[in-house]
Amino acid sequence: MTRIGSPRSVRRSAWVAAVAAGTLVLAACGGAKVGETTQTTTAGGGAGSAAACGTVNLAVNPWVGYEADAAVAAYVMQNQLGCTVVKKNLDEQVSWQGFGTGEVDVILENWGHEDLKKKYIEEQKTAVEVGSTGRVGKIGWYVVPWMVEKYPDITDWNNLNKYAEMFKTSESGGKGQFLAGDPGFVTIDGALVKNLKLDFKVVYTGSEAALITSFRQAEKDKKPAIGYFYAPQWFLSEVPLVNVKLPAYTAGCDADPEKVACDYPDYDLDKIASAKFASSGSPAYEFVKKFTWTNDDQNVVAKYIAVDKMSPEDAAKKWVEANADKVKAWTGA
Amino acid sequence: MTAATAFAGRLERFGRPEARGLWLVVLALAAAALYVVFAGQWLLPHNNDAPTFEVFNNLRVWVDNNRNSNPILVFALVGIRGSVTALFEAILLALNALTWPGLTVLGGVAGLLVGGWRLGGLMATGFLSFGVLGLWDRSVETLALTLAAVLISLLVGIPLGIIAGRNARFYERLRPILDAMQIMPTYAYLAPFALLFLIGPATALIVTAIYAIPPAIRITAHGIRSVPPNTVEASVSLGSTRRQTLFGVLVPVARRTIVLGINQTIMAALSMVTIAALIDAPGLGQNVLKALQTLDVGTAFNAGLAIVVMAIVLDRVTTAMSERVVAARQMTPRQVQLRPPLLVAGGVVTLVCVYLSYTYSQYAIFPEEAGGRSIVVGDDIARGTDSVKSWAESNLTIVTSELKDFVTAYLLDPVQSLLTDSPWFVVVAAILALSLVIGSVRSLVTSAVCLAVVLATGLWGDSMVTLASTLVATVLTLGVSVVVGVWMGRSPTADRVIRPLLDAAQTLPSFVYLIPFVALFAASRFTAIIAALVYAAPISIKLIADGIRGVSATTVEAARSVGTNTWQMITKVQLPMAREALVLATNQGLIYVLSMVVIGGLVGAGALGYDVVAGFRQSNLYGKGLAAGLAIVMLGIMLDRITQAAARRSGGARR
Repeated sequence: MTRIGSPRSVRRSAWVAAVAAGTLVLAACGGAKVGETTQTTTAGGGAGSAAACGTVNLAVNPWVGYEADAAVAAYVMQNQLGCTVVKKNLDEQVSWQGFGTGEVDVILENWGHEDLKKKYIEEQKTAVEVGSTGRVGKIGWYVVPWMVEKYPDITDWNNLNKYAEMFKTSESGGKGQFLAGDPGFVTIDGALVKNLKLDFKVVYTGSEAALITSFRQAEKDKKPAIGYFYAPQWFLSEVPLVNVKLPAYTAGCDADPEKVACDYPDYDLDKIASAKFASSGSPAYEFVKKFTWTNDDQNVVAKYIAVDKMSPEDAAKKWVEANADKVKAWTGA
Repeated sequence: MTAATAFAGRLERFGRPEARGLWLVVLALAAAALYVVFAGQWLLPHNNDAPTFEVFNNLRVWVDNNRNSNPILVFALVGIRGSVTALFEAILLALNALTWPGLTVLGGVAGLLVGGWRLGGLMATGFLSFGVLGLWDRSVETLALTLAAVLISLLVGIPLGIIAGRNARFYERLRPILDAMQIMPTYAYLAPFALLFLIGPATALIVTAIYAIPPAIRITAHGIRSVPPNTVEASVSLGSTRRQTLFGVLVPVARRTIVLGINQTIMAALSMVTIAALIDAPGLGQNVLKALQTLDVGTAFNAGLAIVVMAIVLDRVTTAMSERVVAARQMTPRQVQLRPPLLVAGGVVTLVCVYLSYTYSQYAIFPEEAGGRSIVVGDDIARGTDSVKSWAESNLTIVTSELKDFVTAYLLDPVQSLLTDSPWFVVVAAILALSLVIGSVRSLVTSAVCLAVVLATGLWGDSMVTLASTLVATVLTLGVSVVVGVWMGRSPTADRVIRPLLDAAQTLPSFVYLIPFVALFAASRFTAIIAALVYAAPISIKLIADGIRGVSATTVEAARSVGTNTWQMITKVQLPMAREALVLATNQGLIYVLSMVVIGGLVGAGALGYDVVAGFRQSNLYGKGLAAGLAIVMLGIMLDRITQAAARRSGGARR
């Protein structure tokens, strides 16, 4: 190894480096031909409509279905309305927070979140409801499909105790293990286990990724697994988990979270926008208001992204080109 | 006052070496007896709305409401955010302006000047590989974010570290803050920081710096303290001023250790890349998180690999910088002469590259193919990783699930049951007694304060579950670290081979390997322990290896000449002489294990880690999440002080 340099030359080299770096930066600022031209072309579209629409800050919450919503909405807003869409990858809570700080304009798929609605819509008045996405979210208890084939009556909660023994693991303290899921959602699984007198212990997997991996591995190894899950979700097309029938949901049966003994309600997945954006008169807001599609539509785009590994932009382009009529209903053009 | 001192003196006597063994036995028997009699009684209730949670929730609401009116908050908002964002954007602009050919050549030239041809080659290859992985733009964003965070961390950390190294009182005051900064899970304050500093790079930089500053301070202080006192005395007796002693003697002598601190600062900053992406920080973390939504481990690994390459490149260049100090004195005049022309040549080549990429658009963006063949291998790496993962998941699960069940049943469950099923006051009494017997009166006081805070958070049960996992993980980590660290310290070859693996384990985002780990070990506490081991062992190993190498060659030679065999050499000479490094390794190992509690919460560890994650995700659990973060900090400080005091004592008050 050759090592060169002396304390003096170290100092000198530092100066040279600094001057060189400075020159480079100046050079960059002076003659950024390629970078500049590409930037203006991508931001453009139709110059006139771009001015009318401006910038839309779109929160992208971390699940593939939402990614599909965001991809298609962003594609249409960018290419047909001439908006500049800034996607921000954020968690639900931080997205809502962004309404208050003016950094988020739209949430495209909101699952309930009554607490956040109360805080930001009623109290802070920084957000408004923009109506349903036309889709319904179903949260519930699910078992791996191989078990249903072998034990057909397992899909009724009344029979769960009969099988509890099978679900025992190192984590469940002698009872059956119930996999609780994503910490992002208010769950009632613990109360359900207690109030339905089930011989199970709720074990928190702690993330959607860990929950899906647990189900996937259980189906592969033909090991028992029961837990919290939800539809629509891309994973259901890979492993069709089977819903377990709980006592049916009736209005108000979940009023006391301690005493709840009924299934989760159906969630009308809706859209939320910042109050500022809603009153801006932007054509993008009109678009968001009209933006509704079905679970099947969303699943197609989600599959492009999750299974076919297309980029969200390509996936959206493919779907939009095949569904021009549906897009027309949103843009009103 | 005197009564208190006398009492303390009497307490201290319990801890004399001859008495200590006896006391430990008595303590163990008493605890076992109490556990058998009282197991399952006087447990503290677990609830979701302890008063503490409410306090934190209200604090957050206050910040939210006063963000635009309170002068201090406005200052934070405008002043800090503005300057930090400007720094990041300036660096990103400069890096992007260089374009990929310019940056690659510049990196190569810098490596060449600092460490010779091999380093130059490594740097250039490293930079090129970002493009070859298909991740050039994201990598540059991450590089800019890391450089900015490291710059901020060093500006704050090195001066404070130098002061802390010279002023023991100041360091004592600073330590709990450093502990809190390193242990408090980022998840716990990510959302409120995004409220203050807004979503994006500024907040990401600030939370990264919070995590990266402590190693800079600690290791700088350690370096300054390790300067032999007679060196300083010699300087003072020759009439040097404080300033001259500091910059003429202390800093140069401690330089090697300070650069290790810079190293660790860079590693710490890089380990935050994924978490920062949760609030939309640009860079490779985005790729990792996106890939995880579809459980695409291959793609996540590919992005993780780019982070690892960046870590190794930055690590090697900083290490070479520290070695140059020594090497510079042995340079031949020819080498000195060679230097300026090399610099000029490097600068010219870089400029030419930049010019070319601005003139010919085909050089502006990293090419996807050359000579008709695709040169981007990101997808191949992703596919390869996926097939390895599938193979492991199909063939190893039988072994791994047995291992998990075994360790859980015979190690983890007993420890946890002892801590969670005993009445809370028995646990408190036992921990306090243990602090006194193996530590000191001071550690008893610290433990008492920490346990009181844990009790006040209302999360006693969860804290004990987490404590059990932490203890088991730390013991496993130390076991591995001593073995590997000694090996590396004694064998330069082993060091060369293992060090890149350690860098990889330390900087590969844990999110990348969580999914295969869950597949192998199921969602469980054991999975969390393994993840903590992977992350915490590297730092401990490096510190131990460094300590073993630091043992003076003459001592080793002298021992060998009197016929010491290898085992004796390690246990009687090298390990005892590297005591300070061992203490630091234990300390950092523990803190790194604790910093993984939240990651553990993502894979089934439950308890405090899960509480923190849920607090980030659900606004009504925010207070509980922050309380859990506080409990983690308290556990960390308590364990840290007990181990430090124990080490000091067994070392015969050598400080």
